[in-house]
Amino acid sequence: MKALSQRRRHPLAAVVLLLMALLATGGIYAAASTANEAQAQTTAFTADDVDEGSKLFAANCASCHGMGATGSDAAPSLVGVGAASVDFQVGTGRMPMQMDGPQAQVKPVQFDDEEIRQMAAYVASLGAGPAIPSDEILDPAEGDTSAGGELFRVNCAMCHNAAAAGGALTRGKYAPSLEGTSEKHIYEAMVTGPQNMPVFSDANITPEDKQDIIAFLKTIEEQGSPGGADLGSLGPVSEGLFIWVAGLGVIIAFTVWLTSRSS
Amino acid sequence: MSSSTATQPYVPKTRVGKVTDYVDSRVGGSTIVKEFGRKIFPDHWTFMFGEVALYTFVILLLSGTFLTFFYDPSMAETTYEGSYLPLRGVEMSVAYASSLDISFDIRGGLFMRQVHHWSALLFVAAVAVHMLRVFFTGAFRKPREFNWVIGCTLLILSLAAGFTGYSLPDDLLSGNGLRIIDGVMKAIPVVGTYLSFFLFGGEFPGTAIIGRLYVLHILLVPAVILLMIGLHLFLVVLHKHSQFPGPGRTNTNVVGYPVGPVYAAKAGGFFFIVFGILAAIAAAFTINPIWNYGPYDPSPVSAGTQPDWYIGWVDGALRLMPGTIGNFDFEFMIPFPWGTNALPLNVLIPALVPAIILFTLMFAWPWIEAWVTKDTREHHLLNRPRNAPTRTAIGVAGVTFYCVMWAAASSDLIATHFMVSLNDVTYWLRVLVILGPILAFMVSRRISLALQRKDREVALHGRETGRIVRLPHGEFIEVHEPVDDYKLYTLTSFESPLPELPTPGRNGKVSRLDKVHGRVSRFFFEDRVAPVTPKELAASHGDHHEEVAGAKDREAISSR
Repeated sequence: MKALSQRRRHPLAAVVLLLMALLATGGIYAAASTANEAQAQTTAFTADDVDEGSKLFAANCASCHGMGATGSDAAPSLVGVGAASVDFQVGTGRMPMQMDGPQAQVKPVQFDDEEIRQMAAYVASLGAGPAIPSDEILDPAEGDTSAGGELFRVNCAMCHNAAAAGGALTRGKYAPSLEGTSEKHIYEAMVTGPQNMPVFSDANITPEDKQDIIAFLKTIEEQGSPGGADLGSLGPVSEGLFIWVAGLGVIIAFTVWLTSRSS
Repeated sequence: MSSSTATQPYVPKTRVGKVTDYVDSRVGGSTIVKEFGRKIFPDHWTFMFGEVALYTFVILLLSGTFLTFFYDPSMAETTYEGSYLPLRGVEMSVAYASSLDISFDIRGGLFMRQVHHWSALLFVAAVAVHMLRVFFTGAFRKPREFNWVIGCTLLILSLAAGFTGYSLPDDLLSGNGLRIIDGVMKAIPVVGTYLSFFLFGGEFPGTAIIGRLYVLHILLVPAVILLMIGLHLFLVVLHKHSQFPGPGRTNTNVVGYPVGPVYAAKAGGFFFIVFGILAAIAAAFTINPIWNYGPYDPSPVSAGTQPDWYIGWVDGALRLMPGTIGNFDFEFMIPFPWGTNALPLNVLIPALVPAIILFTLMFAWPWIEAWVTKDTREHHLLNRPRNAPTRTAIGVAGVTFYCVMWAAASSDLIATHFMVSLNDVTYWLRVLVILGPILAFMVSRRISLALQRKDREVALHGRETGRIVRLPHGEFIEVHEPVDDYKLYTLTSFESPLPELPTPGRNGKVSRLDKVHGRVSRFFFEDRVAPVTPKELAASHGDHHEEVAGAKDREAISSR
């Protein structure tokens, strides 16, 4: 201790202290965020955010979801759906809903990030629910692509198609294509189960597994189609259509040409 | 004999001549060339689909041989360590791993796989279109009935070749296809489970099926196809090619080019055109991206799981069949002495009935039509489809039936791409699969008859020129231009049989079969447009020329 106290006026003492302080806050933050995982941002909302969000909600959402977000005949209660739900639905343009129908459609996003955050803060304040995921858990580089692929084929491909090109559900509902969907929105969709999608809770698919799935989706999206144009990745139907229309069409053009000069 | 001894024996002078003569005197090539090279083939673009089928089959043999060098039909478990990242470390069968290796680690492998698969799709399509051409032009009539049957067998064999090949990569998509086959087999009462166990070597999926399908795919099926193609072509040469009616073309001649040299060159060139088109498609468009589907695992079924197009109609029939109607579930329990066996008609009806209807009608059609027409003559002149309205209508009805089931196989994609409800698509297609063929029959028969009537008009009164002329007294007429004699011949030289009424036999009675025949004959030939007779033609011509000439005179007068 003597050595330490002797050097407390050393010119570099301030620098060392600063470094130690930075290390401590960084370390605590890192520990806190891994411990909290998805809940990290719930606490980051301020009372101001909730206040602003409440106003935005009353102006834009309450006509269907009701004042206080308790729901109406037209729309469900939002108490307990969590910030992730708002971030997904509003952030992908599904809400406010374009029109009544089997399910909400994607359209241009109506609010900026700040407004979405404020509405998320308001809805999160109404009751505990899935929070907006942290950036670490979304990083596809940290995920295991082939493990994600297996999870995707077992859990997701029956609706979203093996190449994530989307598919039909009953009565006009559908599972959309996942191409171009951000990591955050993929994660939020899994934890909140928007539209007709089931909820894949952390007990069902752990956050690490979710990260693997995101890694798989981002890998197949970035690598493109190794065999040439993918014809929508829709499987044998588009291939059959292609050979009948384009393949046979070109062949017929040649047969007509080859026999045009005869007799 | 005496004259041949008098002529000088042929003595070749050049070196090439000597070699050629040496080979020829032992092989007899010149006689073959003389015979076959002078064979006349008529030209029409619709006659070339059989050729397309033949060429795609050759391409299939070539590309398939390449694939066999690297493919391993083993269902042993392995862990993938190849270069496709999203599957590395995944457990899979050796068959799937070797298919992935062909796609990613063997030079040119993916291209060859895609050439092979695209060729397979085009092969079956070409066979189907070729058969439709033969059907609608009546080329299956005497003496070509057996060749039609060989063609039908080739169609079924090509479906078998396609399906066995489709299953080989042992990916999730094809595994689900096999699962459906397994389900249909097990639906057959009593023997179903035994059949399935026999095919799969135990409970589905087992460890034997890929190897068995491989042997069928590369040995048995192509060998039988090759044999059938040989027979098919032999009969084509024997019968000579049929031709469309036209001036100078009769039932006893063939108008066209000889095989050598023009036709052989054209056909050889066409092979390379087909190969080129397929290579271009294979290079630019992916087909059956097995890496997307993942290894086979009986639990997942991904959205958009469909068979290749030629099996699609059976898949569609399965999709259309309601599982239950109200409380009626189509499932019966049959008590046998050894226990109760299930009869699941909601699987058996869609899986087997449409196929039985279509294939029975297809195989038997030449004899059905011969029975209706009571026609025992040879036919080397083709029908224009409009001139056989009922046959054409039945064909269109069959095509419609097929196409509705085909569409049903893509009901999910119709729903997502046209933003309609999947359930509604299914309901509509259920209605259409019954009503569609009936409507198609009526509409296409009317269209055929209307086209015949138009032909008659054109033959009698000439082509409408669209030139309107006003006569001095104010009347407007449209000038009709008479068609030339060649066209006239084509328009007027066809047969339009009359319905045959049942006549009493020797005992003075009309047999029941005769009555049925009379009814069917009426159904076939009651609605008809009589071909133009020479008398009608002569009468109309006099009329016509006078009118046009007169109109011109009057036109000249009025323009002054």
